[in-house]
Amino acid sequence: MAEKRTVEVALSTSGLDAEGRPQRIPLVVDDGGRVTTLEAPLSIEPELEGEHMLINLGPQHPATHGVLRLVLELDGETVVRCIPHVGYLHCGFEKIGEYRQYNQIIPWTDREDYLNSPGNNVAFALGAERLFGVEITPRCTVLRVIAMELSRIMSHLVWLGTTCIDIGAFTPFLWSFQERERIYTLLEQWIGARLTTTLTRVGGMGADIPDGWMDGLRDFTHTFPKTIAEVDRMVTRNGIWVGRTIGIGVMSAADAVNAGLSGPLLRASGVAYDVRKDFPYLDYETYDFDVPVGTNGDVYDRFLCRMEELRQSVRILEQAAARLPDGPVNVDDARLILPPKSKATSEMESMIHHFKQVMEGPRPPIGETYVAVESPKGEKGYYFVSDGTPKPVRWRIRPPSYVNLSAIPQMVEGHLLSDVIAINASIDIVMGEIDR
Amino acid sequence: MNPSAERIREKFPTAFVRAEVIWAETTVYLHPESVGDVVRYLHDDEAERYDYLSDVTAVEYRDLELPLQVVWHLRSLPFRRFLRLKAEIPRGAPLSVPSVYPIYKGADWLERECYDMFGIEFVGHPDLRRILMWEQYAEGYPLRKDFPLRGRFSRSEQLRQALAAEPESRYSMTELTIADAFEDLPLEMRQRLAGGEKTGE
Repeated sequence: MAEKRTVEVALSTSGLDAEGRPQRIPLVVDDGGRVTTLEAPLSIEPELEGEHMLINLGPQHPATHGVLRLVLELDGETVVRCIPHVGYLHCGFEKIGEYRQYNQIIPWTDREDYLNSPGNNVAFALGAERLFGVEITPRCTVLRVIAMELSRIMSHLVWLGTTCIDIGAFTPFLWSFQERERIYTLLEQWIGARLTTTLTRVGGMGADIPDGWMDGLRDFTHTFPKTIAEVDRMVTRNGIWVGRTIGIGVMSAADAVNAGLSGPLLRASGVAYDVRKDFPYLDYETYDFDVPVGTNGDVYDRFLCRMEELRQSVRILEQAAARLPDGPVNVDDARLILPPKSKATSEMESMIHHFKQVMEGPRPPIGETYVAVESPKGEKGYYFVSDGTPKPVRWRIRPPSYVNLSAIPQMVEGHLLSDVIAINASIDIVMGEIDR
Repeated sequence: MNPSAERIREKFPTAFVRAEVIWAETTVYLHPESVGDVVRYLHDDEAERYDYLSDVTAVEYRDLELPLQVVWHLRSLPFRRFLRLKAEIPRGAPLSVPSVYPIYKGADWLERECYDMFGIEFVGHPDLRRILMWEQYAEGYPLRKDFPLRGRFSRSEQLRQALAAEPESRYSMTELTIADAFEDLPLEMRQRLAGGEKTGE
């Protein structure tokens, strides 16, 4: 056996000596010059037994999915306490909404949950239409279902990709972003924008779908399930994935309901609450789809629920594509819908309507309404209060990821630091929506 | 009308003010101090089972004579019912209502946000402090109607306050007592921080 000898290295990582200079510590190398053990002088090692450490996770950490800051108290590597801090992205959407006409607020809804812009646009328009007392056309209803399901797939794909990266799988990220790009192309053909779509108007849509668009949608619904199946083969029974996710961040059904969780997070705990089924809107009760429900409420079940929701969204898209009726997209109401530009510049009556709408804005009756839809994150609600003027008195966003995130201390405490990343990823937060 | 409204009127005659239906949504107006009891009944009673709190928020009208309203949106998942509770706080009265946090854990951040934006005190909330704005925020309550859209302070004043803030102010008091962070820092670092240098964020 080779005799051990020690050499000194210039710089070490174990701090300063008594005079404040960098500590020089001996490394143990064998005859071949390879470092075999590190023998730090025991007297200099700080005594950490039983002491708790306080670390900041975020707000710049890439795995916090935005500017979330978690202050974690650690005992070794175990989280003893977690205190979340939010608000770094607060821009006062609700305050700004009180100074805007209803149609002018729709671009703001793009920017709160920016992975789900078409879904937010539809939710806002549904709420405003109930406030105005407007019935939308059958074609518009089906188009909105298509928009909502496309945006659900888009949001879940971002969730899938980023979560895979957080837990250590890179390939599904590339696949899911490829598929998401195809949806962006479809949206671009439809409305001209990709991320901030502003797809709806109060009483209709910003644009009807162009000719041949449904072929692109059918092509997508035909090939997309193959990608899900590939991700499924790659990840679902992967040993690392299973080891990192099963039994992590468990919420029981009663806890989850009491904490106000919604969306896949709640359903993974075994509560089959889906706004589309329980409080239907946009004729969702006439579509044939299932609501996946988990049993354990851990990170793995949330993953399975979202994967199944992707497949169910494809089912809904296929049914919507098959039943899309012909006819007008916008309601026939000169108070709400702008006349075509050619008429506005040639007919007196249309010009007056155009002027009144742009300068004053449509006036809803006095009243209030709370409209909730099933966004990819959970129950997304818009609460409007009107005093009869063209601008709302109060426009309240009920952000699902805000309430979901508030339960994170309950989920992470007692787990390891590395599990915090997995749990945080499984909540699927968008800070734009949380801070608004 | 949601059948729960009638039952609230029978069980809590002193708490009940009125009920109305608008766009097929039932709203029950309650006296502010009795909200906790009514919500407890709605949550616990076998015939009601409002087990899900959707939202807590407040409404202030442009007409500043009208009372400020605190709004609770409740759902009963087993019965698929939706109910809106409202408490009106008259002008001049202290802005305080009972917290529903002991009943719904989900009320934690919703009530904190409502406090942050409107200045409504939720009596019984264990950790009522600002959430979206920082804790030293001194301009008031942003969603109140007397708050200007641009904020109360000028940009230069906002910048001055941000630069003058102590680095410890980014931690809550509980966090500082966990760490005793400042005392444990090396002397040289303490001097730098005391001289006004900021930690990056």
